[in-house]
Amino acid sequence: MAGKPLHIGVLALQGAFREHRQRLESLGALVREVRLPADLVGLDGLVLPGGESTTMARLLTEYALWQPIRKFHAGGGAVWGTCAGAILLAREVRGAPPQFGGQQASLGLLDAAVQRNAFGRQINSFAATLPVSGLEEPFPAVFIRAPAFSDVGSQATVLATWEGQAVMLRQDAVLATAFHPELSPDARIHALFLMKVAETKTEMT
Amino acid sequence: MSEPTAQTPQPQQTYLNFGFAEMFKGGVIMDVVTADQARIAEAAGATAVMALERVPADIRVDGGVARMSDPKMIKEIIAAVTIPVMAKVRIGHIVEAQILQALGVDFIDESEVLTPADEQFHILKSEFKVPFVCGAKNLGEALRRVGEGASMIRTKGEAGTGNVVEAVRHARTVLGEIRTIQARPAEELMTVARDLQAPYELVRYVHQHGKLPVVNFAAGGVATPADAALMMVLGLDGVFVGSGIFKSDNPERRAQAIVKAVTHFQNPEVLAEVSEDLGAPMTGINIDDLIPAERLASRGW
Repeated sequence: MAGKPLHIGVLALQGAFREHRQRLESLGALVREVRLPADLVGLDGLVLPGGESTTMARLLTEYALWQPIRKFHAGGGAVWGTCAGAILLAREVRGAPPQFGGQQASLGLLDAAVQRNAFGRQINSFAATLPVSGLEEPFPAVFIRAPAFSDVGSQATVLATWEGQAVMLRQDAVLATAFHPELSPDARIHALFLMKVAETKTEMT
Repeated sequence: MSEPTAQTPQPQQTYLNFGFAEMFKGGVIMDVVTADQARIAEAAGATAVMALERVPADIRVDGGVARMSDPKMIKEIIAAVTIPVMAKVRIGHIVEAQILQALGVDFIDESEVLTPADEQFHILKSEFKVPFVCGAKNLGEALRRVGEGASMIRTKGEAGTGNVVEAVRHARTVLGEIRTIQARPAEELMTVARDLQAPYELVRYVHQHGKLPVVNFAAGGVATPADAALMMVLGLDGVFVGSGIFKSDNPERRAQAIVKAVTHFQNPEVLAEVSEDLGAPMTGINIDDLIPAERLASRGW
């Protein structure tokens, strides 16, 4: 990328954070793993990776990261969630563990509900050639116990759907994908996110 | 429920299963024997639970033949939590694996902790849609399992002892052998493959990438947060905890502490904090006291 490198954080509590890190670095970003609130300082963008959303939610509480991430977003930081990370972004989480009364905390940065495991268990996981608005060629998307978005509010835009379910959303500086672009050999969605981060950064300065 | 487009071809399934295994990285997979324990594990931040009838420590005490769990118990556990549910089959027991796949289990562990059903052959895991994890003591064994279709490798350790020494030995062995291969010139790799008794293509992968083609977890004897962090420091991707949690004084606190230790394995201050006041760990067994027949890690080849 031209100009000053962007500083991107990848939430590294658990999950596929290394894949995101490698992909972002290959595109010229400076990447830092985020495990504690202090790790957010100075970042331009933040990626919430796939993994287990219940595990990540528990550790976000344990290390008091919820508010700092909301503040980071309110201060103009771009945020992108993939799969479990997208669940953490939604305004409402459906299909949360029965033992938690079906409730699961989330950041509420995305004007949509999210249904966990919307496509089934692991034997129902699949790969699909997914048309994405803004990309000329379809994207090779990997869906693993993937969620899907519903009740998408007026503030969010649906960028991709699969079998009638919304699987990719954008809302200002927030991006959410139900699938795993970090597992595809295709870097276009990471590049898209970095462009968004750069735009947001320019607006702020 | 939606189905993949047309028939899912085998290579794509492998890819999906490898990708799924990646999602467990930096996480803790906990053995549970009841739905209640599964709920405790999920609430503590486990990335998956392993449903089994008896934890390894009890299998040791009880003796007899250890088999796949009752499907009823597995179904109860699947209904109790939303995280992935794994379950164990005996080495080589193709039918137990078919049953677990039919139940909708998310991952199958072809495990030496159960009594082996076949003394010569492991399951051809690439024939299944559901992913498999297998134990390995060294690189050759790990690559043979990947060659058969395993999506995840774990150390064997010495399950049910609360003694991490064997898991450390297996981790050091596999990672050391990977480094050795990396240092070899490409023309020596066929001979390396012959010596390791491992598929040549996978040896080439290790040479090129300096790692296994699948995620590599620690298992067997992890009893404390420090044990879990040690396995991460050695370079493994995550941790299985068996008897270590529900055989300790305070399973809830210990489970939470081990989850945090795996996330913050590079941060001794956090480790000190989470290790404090957990109550007594599982008692543990000195591995030198085990007669050879009681050693689980020597099962499988």
